[in-house]
Amino acid sequence: MFFSIKDLNVFYGVIHALKDINLHVEEGEIVTLIGSNGAGKTSTLRAISSLSKIKSGQITFRDKNITGIKAQEIVKMGISHVPEGRRIFADMTVAENLSMGAYLRRDKEGIKSDLEMIYRRFPILKDRAKQMGGTLSGGEQQMLTMGRALMARPKLLLLDEPSMGLAPIYVQEIFSIIQSINEAGTTILLVEQNANMALHVADRAYILETGKIVKEGKASELLNSEEVRNAYLGGV
Amino acid sequence: MMHSIVLQKGTGKVEQFIQQLINGISIGSIYALIALGYTMVYGIIKLINFAHGDILMIGGYVGLGCVLFFNMSFIPAVLIAMVVCAALGVFTEKVAYKPLRNAPRIAVLITAIGVSFLLEYLMVYFFKASSRTYPSDFFSFGSINLGSITISMDKMMVMLITIVLMVLIQIVIKKTKLGKSIRAVSSDQDAALLMGVSVDNAISFTFIIGSALAAVAGVMYGAMFTINPLMGMQPGIKAFVAAVFGGIGNIPGAILGGMLLGVTETLVSAYLSSSIKDAVAFAILIIVLLVRPSGLLGKNVKEKV
Repeated sequence: MFFSIKDLNVFYGVIHALKDINLHVEEGEIVTLIGSNGAGKTSTLRAISSLSKIKSGQITFRDKNITGIKAQEIVKMGISHVPEGRRIFADMTVAENLSMGAYLRRDKEGIKSDLEMIYRRFPILKDRAKQMGGTLSGGEQQMLTMGRALMARPKLLLLDEPSMGLAPIYVQEIFSIIQSINEAGTTILLVEQNANMALHVADRAYILETGKIVKEGKASELLNSEEVRNAYLGGV
Repeated sequence: MMHSIVLQKGTGKVEQFIQQLINGISIGSIYALIALGYTMVYGIIKLINFAHGDILMIGGYVGLGCVLFFNMSFIPAVLIAMVVCAALGVFTEKVAYKPLRNAPRIAVLITAIGVSFLLEYLMVYFFKASSRTYPSDFFSFGSINLGSITISMDKMMVMLITIVLMVLIQIVIKKTKLGKSIRAVSSDQDAALLMGVSVDNAISFTFIIGSALAAVAGVMYGAMFTINPLMGMQPGIKAFVAAVFGGIGNIPGAILGGMLLGVTETLVSAYLSSSIKDAVAFAILIIVLLVRPSGLLGKNVKEKV
């Protein structure tokens, strides 16, 4: 099994944020986690990255139990997390932001060639390399935060609301970038409120409601299900 | 006590002003060294470390001990004081502040005040409250005459040492992986974690750097004036003010704030009255903060939710 979560429970104080979450991701897939605000999408990703404490359950990655290990170890094992709201380092240059993505790597040559690859994929980042991250537009910051995560050369990429707050033209671009990252060999777990776009790029999907998974299946099937269309796609 | 203004005989107004400026910049250098520790610690864990001035005091005592018991010269004594203070700084962080990392900020602040009093009165208990002095030849470099201006080389040394340390710190912060990790954690702790940065290590290194700089300040301050267990309070508060003045969390701001505060109070005591120097310096601080609430070089950032 490439990646799986078994019976995951997370509490914030007395609030039971995640209730017996079960999901899995196969190597090479794009799997999306959709649902409304507060359903537990971000909490799931934060639990995977060890940013939140896990009450019970088990997370395995490439046959290793990674439940509750240090955030640093998770990155080292090949899971990169692009957090909600982009969270770039505003007072560091674009180039420094990208170098932070390779913080744990020691292979200078590999880092250099990955940086060139990122600059090819996101030419705007090369143009802005010496600018402070905080001066970038929202769409550029989203590219920076994705480029930064790719600098860790992840096997599994966690994306939290990459299209949030972006102009429509960027939304299209970000989703096509997600597809091309996946085609280049990175497995993706995508959290989105834009369920329509997410279901179009994903192989499979899970639907979260108040901390529980209420539905799962092939993305194309969910996209065509009447119930899903009414609840999550605005009835279109 | 802090600013014995020795007017050289036969000097004119311009000469006197230049000498006061040098006095001001040298005391300002010391404030800047201390202010860096305040500002870096604030930058990374949003704590006003009220015990920081007492780290300076410990540095002063360690330096004196090195001189009295081992007959060391300035540089080895400073290096040992830096090591001891860095260790003490990390120790207080691990024991007193780290367990409270998720506690309300006021709890950590009170703890810092507690650590401050603890250090002060442990030193009073073990080493008495009386003032002690370094041997007069410990930090003495004579003076040189430039025309009618007499320049104290002691003060020039304080400036030189400060400049060298500031440049070093800037290189560490800007160019090294360690410095980048400190900046990353200061900017966004969760995002830094997601890069694989050890937040604990970054915080410890911040305390190491800040405490080592305070040690240098403590030995120089002690050698220029006298030392006693409460000696850290006044320069500590002044340096805190300097850090706020320059923009708390901002490294160049701390340097600028320290220098401006040192020069202001020296000039005020030279030309107005030494008893009013703090009043004037703090009045300027209040005015600056009214106009620029985030300090001279601070950015007007809203707290992130």
